Amino acid sequence: MQKKLILDSDLLDITLSRLCQQLIENHGDFENSVILGLQPRGVFLAEIIHKKLQKLTRKEVPLGYLDATFHRDDFRRREIPAKASEVRIPFIIEDKKVILVDDVLFTGRTVRAALDAMIAFGRPAKVELLVLIDRRHTRDLPIAPDYVGKTVNTLASQKVLVELEAQGHEQNKIWLIYNKD
Amino acid sequence: MSKLSKKHLLGIKDITAQDIQLIFETADTFKDVLNRPIKKVPSLRDITIANIFFENSTRTRLSFELAEKRLSADVVNFSASTSSVKKGETLLDTVNNILAMKVDMVVMRHASPGAPHYLSRHIKANIVNAGDGTHEHPTQALLDAYSIREKLGEVAGKKIAIIGDILHSRVALSNIFALQKLGAKVMVCGPPTLLPKFISHTGVLVETDVKKALAWCDVANVLRIQLERQQIKYFPSLREYSLYYGINKKMLDALKKPIVLMHPGPINRGVELSSDAADSHHAVILDQVENGVAIRMAVLYLLAGSAN
Repeated sequence: MQKKLILDSDLLDITLSRLCQQLIENHGDFENSVILGLQPRGVFLAEIIHKKLQKLTRKEVPLGYLDATFHRDDFRRREIPAKASEVRIPFIIEDKKVILVDDVLFTGRTVRAALDAMIAFGRPAKVELLVLIDRRHTRDLPIAPDYVGKTVNTLASQKVLVELEAQGHEQNKIWLIYNKD
Repeated sequence: MSKLSKKHLLGIKDITAQDIQLIFETADTFKDVLNRPIKKVPSLRDITIANIFFENSTRTRLSFELAEKRLSADVVNFSASTSSVKKGETLLDTVNNILAMKVDMVVMRHASPGAPHYLSRHIKANIVNAGDGTHEHPTQALLDAYSIREKLGEVAGKKIAIIGDILHSRVALSNIFALQKLGAKVMVCGPPTLLPKFISHTGVLVETDVKKALAWCDVANVLRIQLERQQIKYFPSLREYSLYYGINKKMLDALKKPIVLMHPGPINRGVELSSDAADSHHAVILDQVENGVAIRMAVLYLLAGSAN
């Protein structure tokens, strides 16, 4: 097993700042926009982005957590039933512009499930997807992100490991994990 | 790991404290689902569940059916009174015929203790016991303990008195197992004729004075007198039972302490509980019913969830 650093702490900060600027470009003062972090790991990223955005816009940006566990398509196909996390959506998403936030986009199946789960709360005017790492060549479904931190060429057998301070790690670091061949 | 240790839910006796905690945590998320505008998730959409009830039921059956529908399962209902059981078909034949129609899970209530256990040795489908005679009623015990956890923060260390017809109650036995596994202290209280002879072997306290039991406990779980299971007289009259063991609001208020009043239903108002007690702020009886759906969703989700 080998590790390669994809993003270090400084670079990650620059990347996140760029993503925030792009969001502001499209959403202005977020009057009609909301952020939904995907449980379990997307919420950490969503919180960082949320904090940065509030600082930059000096406006209240609505933030929620969405869990897609019960909408996954691999139920009964895995050994252990997936465990659900908290859903917290303290606002109405009907007619809002929703920005879904996740750390890594891999097969696209989680995003598919998340879209399904989100519809249970209303009909958004528009849905966008922000991911920190977009893994190319591994998609099972026709899903593409609107905002990308970094695109990485990976094989399905490889893994992307996101370590954030908010998750209890020492430093923000994103790794590519692969078997040495 | 987050997986149940058993393939069936036959009784609380054979599951672990970890299983119970996992069911509670899963029920938390389903309770959240039930409070959403769309109270439905697609998890069990490719599963068919048969509700086989050989005994009457309103709450349990409705609760299971709602839980199944909220999880998007296909549901078939069967009650013995309108079926070929009347024509002399055996239990195993009946169930095998239902399973031949490609049913994945069975929820069963039966008057004979051990009926679901017997079935589990002969069929492949997951079985949930919805009450077997005077033996166990696991989902009721789970929702009772869950309601206590919700009301008091945790179950461990709390004192729970189960009051009434312990002898004929499957709720009592399942409750004793569940509460003890979660670290609560349990007392049973009732007329000596309605207390099973060796009940103290389960490690519960035994009391025959309802006032003492109420003074001792944090939670009083009051049970119905199961007249349909009593072939002989265990006490002179319902009126006398109600005089000695009936609970009213005055008794609860006189305790001068917070007390949680529970009842698995159906209530016989004026017998084990007076109306003013059942409708008082002490009672969480309708919360129990609400929690029942979330608990049953959790059980079905966890049992169906692991790949076969």
